[in-house]
Amino acid sequence: MFRIEIAGENALIIVFADKINDKAFSLVQQATTLIRQQLSEKVVDLIPSYASVLVQFDLLVIDHFQLQNSLRALLSTLQQTKKQSNEIISLPVYYSKKSGPDLERIAQHTQLSIEAIIECHHSQIYQVYAIGFAPGFAYLGQVNPKIATPRLDSPRLKVPKGAVAIADQQTAIYPNQSPGGWNIIGLCPLDMFNPNQRPHMPIQVGDQVKFKPITEQSFIDLGGTFNDIV
Amino acid sequence: MASSNNKTGFKVIKAGILSLIQDLGRVGHFNIGLTNGGPIDKTAFKWANRLNSNDLNSSVIEVSVGGLELQANCDQVIVLTGANMPLTINNQNKELWQSHFVQAGDIIKLGFATEGLRCYLAIYGGFQIGKTFGSTATVCRENIGGLLKGKNGAHIGGQALQVDDFLPCIQINKNTKPELLYLEKSHQPVYTNEITLRTIPSYQQRFFSDLEQRLFYSNQYTVSQNIDRMGYRLTGRKVTSDLNGILSEGICHGAVQIPNDGQPIVLLNDRQTIGGYPKIGSVIGLDTEKLGQLAPGAKVNFEQISMEDANNILHLNHSLFKRTQLHKIN
Repeated sequence: MFRIEIAGENALIIVFADKINDKAFSLVQQATTLIRQQLSEKVVDLIPSYASVLVQFDLLVIDHFQLQNSLRALLSTLQQTKKQSNEIISLPVYYSKKSGPDLERIAQHTQLSIEAIIECHHSQIYQVYAIGFAPGFAYLGQVNPKIATPRLDSPRLKVPKGAVAIADQQTAIYPNQSPGGWNIIGLCPLDMFNPNQRPHMPIQVGDQVKFKPITEQSFIDLGGTFNDIV
Repeated sequence: MASSNNKTGFKVIKAGILSLIQDLGRVGHFNIGLTNGGPIDKTAFKWANRLNSNDLNSSVIEVSVGGLELQANCDQVIVLTGANMPLTINNQNKELWQSHFVQAGDIIKLGFATEGLRCYLAIYGGFQIGKTFGSTATVCRENIGGLLKGKNGAHIGGQALQVDDFLPCIQINKNTKPELLYLEKSHQPVYTNEITLRTIPSYQQRFFSDLEQRLFYSNQYTVSQNIDRMGYRLTGRKVTSDLNGILSEGICHGAVQIPNDGQPIVLLNDRQTIGGYPKIGSVIGLDTEKLGQLAPGAKVNFEQISMEDANNILHLNHSLFKRTQLHKIN
C-alpha cells in the first residue's frame, strides 16, 4: 500500500503511488492526520503532496529505523476509501500571449492552437491536491493529457505573482513572484496567500477549482498587473 | 533576562549587501507552504548566541558578503561569528568569535568577507523582533519574517535590513554586566574555497544509473552565479536520469535536485517545500552550512555516505558543541 524511503538526514518520505490517483490522495490525507495525532513528539513537520508525505523528524529524539517502525505500525490501519470532495471555487484567469509567455511553447509541444489550449485548460474541474513550494501555492490536477507539457529545461529566475502555469499534468497559480520552471499560460488577479487574512488562502487541500477566463480589462479591474512578466 | 524596552536598540546606518534577521527558523507551517528560513550557517549562528549567553533561538543578523553599519543607543554586548569579515567598533579593529562591550553612540562597522560569505551579529538577549508564524526568520521570497512594517503589527515583512531601520534590544543592568567570552581558535571553523559535501543517496537515486552516480560522485562542480538562500546552482558534468520530471513531492533541506539541464541544485533554508525535479540524494546539514559560505567560482565534490554515518556525524557534532567550553576574557 505504501513504501518508506530515505529523503535526507532527518527526513523520510512515505510514497503511496507514483502517479496521481484518488485512492493515493485519500491515503495521504489519512496518513497526515494520523501522524499529526500520534507522532507529534518525534515528528517536526509534514509535507503532504499528491501521493506522498515527507516526514521531517528530530534526529536527537528518534532515528530513522525507529521512526520507520512506528510509521509502519501506524499506517497499517489505513483504509482504501475514496475521499469526498469539498466545494467548487471559481478563480478568474486572463489567458493571452501577453500574460502567458509559454503558450507558444505548449502549442509547439502539443501541436494544438493557443485557443484550443486555453479552452482545454478552463473547461474542466480540478482537485486541490497539495499546497507547498511557496506559501499558498496550490497544486491542482489533473490537466487534460492533450495539453500536458514538461517543465522548462532550466527554471526561470522570476515567475510573476498570479502566474497560472502547467507542468506535465499539474496546474497551479504562483501566489508571489518566485523562481520556477512551469509553463506560464495566464495570470490570476486574486491574492492566493495573505498572512493578514484568515483564512490565509482562498482554497484548501481537498477543494475543487474551476478557472473562469476573463478579459484584460476585467483582469486590471480586479487588481491584476503585468509587473515582472518576461 | 531583563524585560524588553523599545527605546533601546541599534540604528541601521548602512544596510550592507544582504542583512537579514534570523532565528533558528520556522517550523510547523509546511501545510500552507511556508519554508524554514533560519541561518544558512547554523554552527556560526549558534556560537554567536552562546558567546552572548543567549537562548540558542535568539534573533541575530545574518550578514551576507558584508557592508553593514549600526549605531548603538545604549550599553550592549556584540559578537560577530562566521566568515572572515573585518569588524570595527569606532574604527578600532575587533576580533570575531568573542564578545565586545558597546556604548551609546558607538559605531559598529562590518567590512567585506575575505574568506566565507556570511557572518552572524548577535547582541545580548537577542534583537527584540515580533514573530511571524512563530519565528523572526526573514524569508524574502515569502515576504515573511524580519521587521514587521505593516500598520498595527500587520505581517508585512520579509525585507532585508534597510537604512534607518531600528532594531530594539533589551537594556543591560550596569551592575550585572554580562561576562565577555571567546571561543578558542582551534574550535573556530575554517572557511575554504574547496569543500566536500557528504551526501546520503535518497529519493529518486535509483533512477540515476550506476555510471551516472559514479560520475556525479567523482566529478568536481563549480558554484555558479545563481546562488541564494533558496539553493545553490552548481555547474559541471551534466547528470542525467531516466526520469523527465516526477510527481511533485516534499523536499527536505539539503536535497540535490537535478533539473532537465543536468546541473545540480542543492536546496537550502529558503527552498520550496514541494517540487518535481528528480533528486539524486541529500547533503547533510553540517555540509550545507559550508556550502552556504561559498561564493561563485568555489569548488565542491560530493561524497556518498550512509544514513547511519550521517546519524553518527550529527550526534558527535552535537555532543562536541555541548562539551566545548567558552573562555572568559580577562
